[in-house]
Amino acid sequence: MQPIAIQRILGILLMLFSITMLPPILISFIYEDGARSSFILAFLVTFITGLACWLPVYRSRRELRLRDGFIVVVLFWTVLGLFGALPLALYEDLGMSFTDAAFESISGLTTTGATVIVGLDQLPHSILYYRQQLQWLGGMGIIVLAVAILPMLGIGGMQLYRAETPGPMKDSKLTPRITETAKALWYIYLGLTVLCALAYWLAGMNGFDALSHSFSTVAIGGFSTHDASMGFFNSTLIEWVAIVFMLLAGMNFALHFVSWRSFSLMPYLQDSEARFYLALLFMVSLFTAGYLYFTGTINNVGDAIHHGIFQTVSIGTTTGFTTTGYAIWPGMLPVLLLFISFVGGCAGSTGGGMKVIRFLLLIKQGLREITRLVHPSAQIPVKVGSKAMSDRVVNAVWGFFAVYVAMFVIIMLILMMTGMDQITAFSAVAACMNNMGPGLGDVAAHYGDVTDIGKWVLCFAMLLGRLEIFTLLVLLTPTFWRK
Amino acid sequence: MKIIILGAGQVGASVANNLASEANDITVVDIDARRLEDLQDRLDLRTVAGHASHPEVLARAGAEDADMIIAVTNSDETNMIACQVAYTLFHTPTKIARVRAAEYLSQTQLFAQEALPIDVLISPEQLVKNYIERLIEHSGALQVLDFAEGRVSLVAVKAYYGGPLVGHELRELREHMPKVETRVAAIFRRGRAIIPKGTTVIEADDEVFFVAAKKDIRAVMSELRKLDRPCKRVMLAGGGNIGFRLAESLESSYQVKIIEHNLKTSKELSEKLDRSIVLYGDAADEELLLEENIENCDVFCALTNDDEANILSAMLAKRMGAKKVMALINRAAYVDLVQSGIIDIAISPQQATIGSLLAHIRRGDVVVVHSLRRGAAEAIEAIAHGDSKTSKVVGKTINEIQLPPGTTIGAIVRGNEVIIVHHDSVIEEDDHVIMFLVDKKRIVDVERLFQVGITFI
Repeated sequence: MQPIAIQRILGILLMLFSITMLPPILISFIYEDGARSSFILAFLVTFITGLACWLPVYRSRRELRLRDGFIVVVLFWTVLGLFGALPLALYEDLGMSFTDAAFESISGLTTTGATVIVGLDQLPHSILYYRQQLQWLGGMGIIVLAVAILPMLGIGGMQLYRAETPGPMKDSKLTPRITETAKALWYIYLGLTVLCALAYWLAGMNGFDALSHSFSTVAIGGFSTHDASMGFFNSTLIEWVAIVFMLLAGMNFALHFVSWRSFSLMPYLQDSEARFYLALLFMVSLFTAGYLYFTGTINNVGDAIHHGIFQTVSIGTTTGFTTTGYAIWPGMLPVLLLFISFVGGCAGSTGGGMKVIRFLLLIKQGLREITRLVHPSAQIPVKVGSKAMSDRVVNAVWGFFAVYVAMFVIIMLILMMTGMDQITAFSAVAACMNNMGPGLGDVAAHYGDVTDIGKWVLCFAMLLGRLEIFTLLVLLTPTFWRK
Repeated sequence: MKIIILGAGQVGASVANNLASEANDITVVDIDARRLEDLQDRLDLRTVAGHASHPEVLARAGAEDADMIIAVTNSDETNMIACQVAYTLFHTPTKIARVRAAEYLSQTQLFAQEALPIDVLISPEQLVKNYIERLIEHSGALQVLDFAEGRVSLVAVKAYYGGPLVGHELRELREHMPKVETRVAAIFRRGRAIIPKGTTVIEADDEVFFVAAKKDIRAVMSELRKLDRPCKRVMLAGGGNIGFRLAESLESSYQVKIIEHNLKTSKELSEKLDRSIVLYGDAADEELLLEENIENCDVFCALTNDDEANILSAMLAKRMGAKKVMALINRAAYVDLVQSGIIDIAISPQQATIGSLLAHIRRGDVVVVHSLRRGAAEAIEAIAHGDSKTSKVVGKTINEIQLPPGTTIGAIVRGNEVIIVHHDSVIEEDDHVIMFLVDKKRIVDVERLFQVGITFI
């Protein structure tokens, strides 16, 4: 444990984070929306706190150790989540309690997209922009976390992205050094964002909406500047743009990197995770569209198809944009989509959920057990692509799955204890743990009616999901803190 | 011919055995002096003890004036370096090396003359694998040998009661199958060769060798015996080099199970193979075979390093209901013992591999040699050079050629065309002629037949 080194990093993080409050001030100037003072105040508080953390120890040159990585990662989301709530809490016209502001801010930084605000369309532009920017920053953090840091910590089988990555990504540490890898990934992230904003703009959004939505699309966040989310634009073209970029952002960014460097699409085709991800979303989309059409919910074939695809991709990648109220769709559709969000995005993407690769390994492990019953003496490896996974990885994935389900149940029970009905509680935990956003029942549109305790519990769920469960849980164990 | 053989292991010893009987000067080099003593006691050859790739050792073995060096030690690296040394220091004309690792073999530019100067690469495991693969492909055949890059095959098959041609004269074959071109090259009855004529009557239990294009093999076989169902379920015992390669190339079109008794090897196998089922256990374990439905298995191949284990596990599999069993057997004595008994096919790895070496030792332009019947008979593919004046075969009909006794010409390959010969077929320049020699001692006469006269430039 290196408290001084951690304090130094935290100080730097906060000071950097305070800088991100400057663009909303600029927006506020442009639109003259009167939210300027709260941002300036929040900037000063954050910056001075950061400086106060950093100044006393800025000379220290202590190296971080592997174990400190857990603390830094958790602090990144919790502390920034809390300080990120400042501008929202300080803006008095919004009338938000600190709990609400923190929920909104953590929901943003974890790219969940669950909101407590009603009446987005009337809010000042700077506040709207700030929410989107939080998601974009969160997404950027996740990319680095997922590709560069989690593999090092070896969370829940993700060490397979260290040395044992299958197929085209044999050197999944894309470049030899973490800082270089992070830089390369940021360029891709930035590039995707720019492309997405341009596409939205060409499809008919105004400049502000295009930029704002590109932030929350590429980050797989799901915040919108309108209460009706994507449904506000009522444009099939815009929805298709959103589908494409949600799909791209839900794939492993390392794949984007490899295929961009080799100028070919082969890496996507060779990667079994990406193939499974696309196939799964395709089949569920098809089913959803068919179900919508044949139950007469949507009478037009074209509409059924594009709503089916949009909603499946949006929920499946854990983005959480909505066009129509998917919560009131008939039969098992809402629950099916909710379950798809458990699979989530690919490892190394901005998506949430359990990650496709883990789900794939779970299926293969299940099949292996069946084959073992037929051939008791057979040696059956679990393979991804043509590469066999070590039992260590498979076990870690099973462990991850077990803990994920256990945490899901515990949080759901706590929520029901606060007086929530079962459907709402179930969907709220699923939506928050999978970093997806909108749930069913009372939380289908917004989380404003949840109790304060409920909101804090859901904040914990969002952080749990984002930090791949173990990163957060390990801090709660006594062994971690023992000297 | 002066030949140096590096390595006195299984392959080295059997090569020495085969070549020593053909009036060649053989020197065998090995690091193990005891092994060399054994060899020297049995065969008429010279031995040198030492590290095979060291120049001093090679010089002692007479590399200065050797015509050929055959590097078949256990180590790929030693074999490759030995060829390099022989080329650079001694200018040995022909260098043959065994290289097993696919990592080397897949890089063909490695073996260019200016890189690693190896003229011929042999990979015995690959050859044995191909041999077994063809047997599984043509279920019912005892041997299937390819010529002219697979365009023509020589097939050995045992005639059974119930085959339409059994009990009839050979010339009726054409009436039975007017569209199929084939020629019976030899018949072995109770171990004795018969040179087939039109009037020869095929009896049950005859071993018939016929030449046919690949597509016609099944049709011809159906004349001689009731056809087996094409096989689907293959069980391999032993996941060594041969077992693994075989499983790898069979698994896309057959249901392959492979039994390996070493835990570590079986794990590695299961990781490398995609669709085969890798079983960890003993191939002679009755329980295991029962559990894996041996009675439904079409072919069982025992491919471990241990002759006795192979024979026993194959016998067990046969008794438990496997349709056909094959065993890999290194010792020549065992091959005679078990072949055509309980075990359907005994595979001798030496016989499968020696041919590729013999092709380079034969005088005249011989492309392919297959050793048959434990080295007693031979099938060769030779190229006819010269013209009607300088050559003893070009421009002549089959009847006019003065073939040594016991030799038959089965087919000619002209460009891409396969011609199954008749008595009036004419051989042209650059034809590939496929011949069957019942008695290997006549090989010298055949070589002489295909050598071009001195006047030909």
